[in-house]
Amino acid sequence: MELFQIKRDIPFMKYAKGTTIFSAITFVLAIVFLVWKGLNLGVDFTGGTVLEVRYVQAADIQKVREQLAAHGHADASVQNFGTSRDVLIRLAVKQGVTSAQLSEQVMGVLKQQSPDVTMQRVEFVGPQVGKELLYDGSLALLAVSFGIVAYLALRFEWRFAVAAIVATFHDVLIIVGLFALFQWEFSLTVLAAVLAILGYSVNDTVVVFDRIRENFRKMRKGSVSEIIDNAITRTLSRTVMTHVTTQLMVFSMLFLGGEILYYFALALTIGIVVGTYSSILVASPIVMWLGVSREDFVKAEKKPEAEVLP
Amino acid sequence: MNRYPLWKYIVIGVSLLLGLLYTLPNFYGNEPAVQISADKPTVKIEPATVQRVESILNLGKIAYRGVKLEGKNVTVRFADEDTQTKGSTALREQLGQDYVVAQNLLPRSPAWLSSLGALPMYLGLDLRGGVHFLLQLDTKAAFNKAMERHASDVRSSLREKKVQYTSVTRQGGEVRVTFADTASRDKAKDIIADRVSDLFVKETQEGNEYVLIGSMRPEALTRRQDLDLKQNLTTLRNRVNELGVAEPIIQQQGNDRIVVQLPGIQDTARAKQILGRTATLEIRMADFSDAEVAAAEQGQAPLGAALHTERDGRKLLVRKQVSLTGDYITDASPGFDENGRAAVHMTLDTRGARIFQQLTRENVGKRMAIVLIEKGQEEVITAPNIITEIAGGRVQITGMRSPEEANDIALLLRAGALAAPMEIIEERTVGPSLGADNISRGFNSTLIGFALIAAFMVVYYGVFGLISVITLAINVALLIGILSLMQATLTLPGIAGIALTVGMAIDANVLIFERIREELRNGNSPQAAIHAGFDRAWDTIFDSNLTTLIAGFFLFWLGSGPVRGFAVVLCIGILTSMFSAVTVSRGIVNLTYGRAKKLDSISIG
Repeated sequence: MELFQIKRDIPFMKYAKGTTIFSAITFVLAIVFLVWKGLNLGVDFTGGTVLEVRYVQAADIQKVREQLAAHGHADASVQNFGTSRDVLIRLAVKQGVTSAQLSEQVMGVLKQQSPDVTMQRVEFVGPQVGKELLYDGSLALLAVSFGIVAYLALRFEWRFAVAAIVATFHDVLIIVGLFALFQWEFSLTVLAAVLAILGYSVNDTVVVFDRIRENFRKMRKGSVSEIIDNAITRTLSRTVMTHVTTQLMVFSMLFLGGEILYYFALALTIGIVVGTYSSILVASPIVMWLGVSREDFVKAEKKPEAEVLP
Repeated sequence: MNRYPLWKYIVIGVSLLLGLLYTLPNFYGNEPAVQISADKPTVKIEPATVQRVESILNLGKIAYRGVKLEGKNVTVRFADEDTQTKGSTALREQLGQDYVVAQNLLPRSPAWLSSLGALPMYLGLDLRGGVHFLLQLDTKAAFNKAMERHASDVRSSLREKKVQYTSVTRQGGEVRVTFADTASRDKAKDIIADRVSDLFVKETQEGNEYVLIGSMRPEALTRRQDLDLKQNLTTLRNRVNELGVAEPIIQQQGNDRIVVQLPGIQDTARAKQILGRTATLEIRMADFSDAEVAAAEQGQAPLGAALHTERDGRKLLVRKQVSLTGDYITDASPGFDENGRAAVHMTLDTRGARIFQQLTRENVGKRMAIVLIEKGQEEVITAPNIITEIAGGRVQITGMRSPEEANDIALLLRAGALAAPMEIIEERTVGPSLGADNISRGFNSTLIGFALIAAFMVVYYGVFGLISVITLAINVALLIGILSLMQATLTLPGIAGIALTVGMAIDANVLIFERIREELRNGNSPQAAIHAGFDRAWDTIFDSNLTTLIAGFFLFWLGSGPVRGFAVVLCIGILTSMFSAVTVSRGIVNLTYGRAKKLDSISIG
């Protein structure tokens, strides 16, 4: 079976202006959502307590809420988690009450109402730890970006490095922007997904760049935009195939992985879709506009063609 | 032209075999068990212990799958968790306090695998259930405590050397000593420098008072903090042993934090209570007249004493000066007094016994208070009259509210006190049933994702697709094998990492296959196309995987807990997928097509 039997190169670079404007708009929109709505940071980053409890029968959320409010936890957020029997309770950090006491107190209150409730999970993160995790996360984001830029600049050329990182930031920003828009919870696992997408999305861009570099060496004729069009068209099949297979796995996690993996998989899904688009229609035009030319590659003819290594 | 030298096939074969071998134990799973170890160095675990365990279980009619002596432990395996709980309860009750009885999960894999070092991956807390705590040392409280002790040391040294002083007080972070004349002050300065070397002393004069102000030396402060943390580590370890947890992790993190992980623990509330308790016991004198107590109730407590409330509600005036601390306790056990009320029996070491004997001898007829200090709250448990001198260091504390309280206090005294209070700043508790859910969800989603990818690849790439599916399966085996060999901890994000690796690993094969198709389209012969496809794709595969590897590396470096597990899997997965997708799949392709003299067509969709 073959889905992409393309005889002539698709003139991607012709559409580049349009798609770049589109990207720029989504880029700005993502920033607007981020500033306007802000991220719904999970307990990992804000500090606080999350309790997951299971009832034998479907839980009466309203009653749980009232019960908690009556015992001084009016700020508690109560919602179903996955099934109607599972309930997730979030509590903000309270001065002077340790996590140990807080979760026991809440369990005590819930047990008054229905003694058969069982505790499934407690997560407490102190405000100080939350800040550290946020700091480490941001640092990781920066370090990964820097590492990738350095590697690409070394292995390709600075223009490619810049283009790749712009495209990647575009992907990350859209993921984060969507999380802000829909107020999905941004937890530590979502951050891990975002960082994985950083690597994954660049990976994709690199495949296209690799072909562009190869074309510069092989195709003696043709303008820069023709060379890029050819590279994208030739790798299009692979780009789509790879994303489809990865997405199959991610869908499986999204629908079967349970609540904890849900937002992780969701972030990956957005990243994969946006990443496909950006490696074709964001990264390559930037390389073109930055003024890459054949001379940049023909001079550096010492290509390290390694034999297939184990 | 598409042939590998023999050594390459051997390398592939051996790595495959090793991968499978070390992956195998994970499929046997774990079974519930109880682990029995000695609580004291004097108690020996020996073959006789095994017989004792067997007879206890047989007597209680509790079915078990086997009792074995393994190193310094006796392990008992059970068919299910129900009998495990029954078994551990019976064993704990009948073996007594000399043994620690802990519930555990043990690999079910056969002995020959274990003897090769092939063990299953260790399951993280989110998969097997358990508690994770991050505790932080309360440095301020530790500092205050140290200063209090220094003030007391200054007082006793000066008294011992018969240096006249007006007062010794602690003010904030300083110890203030006042004198009537400079001669005593100079003498005192030398004594403090000699005896209380942690203090840095400055002299001043205020009116006609000569003052020494002692503050803590910075290096002494860091040393103090380090010592406190080390003692807390030991104490927490002792307490965890008392709780009966198998394979606990108790580690220092940074210079003021301790991580405690208790896998598989059932009663998390009790664990929190026992770990977080900072109780220490102090014996102080309460030798004041009723008139003085009455005056204190009016707000005029004598210097160095404070008013307390006894458990029966009566007021009691207790000295601040500590006569004996809980540090001298060698053993403590719950029990009952002669009237059948709950009590704690404790034994003091020789030094403690001597101090206690002297204390009781000098204060016959007076009252002393036994004070439990917890989270800065002092509570008088009991305040007996000293009737006679007590020698031998065996002390009975009555006044317990219930046998449970006696039990808890005995445990805390036995395990030792925390040198400084600790606060839980992070907690992650996962119930055992949720852990099991997480395993099945993670496993199922990976399996189904794999099946979908396999079906898709076979439909799209034909025989080559099938080859890529085989290499993908090999990749998973290698990845799990390496993780098992490293004895890595598998968490839910780790499973997600395996899934994601599977999804991304196929990329290398797609790259190669698309390249082969392209070469075929350009009119190359199948053999030449295969050769060129693999060769040309390698550069791209290397570059693209390396960027993901960079991300994984920083994720591991800066990530914490669950994110780290994900990062480890991601990094190793990239390495194994590069090997399997390039070398192994090439090997299979070579075996399938490489030997054909005349190859007209290949099945690549």
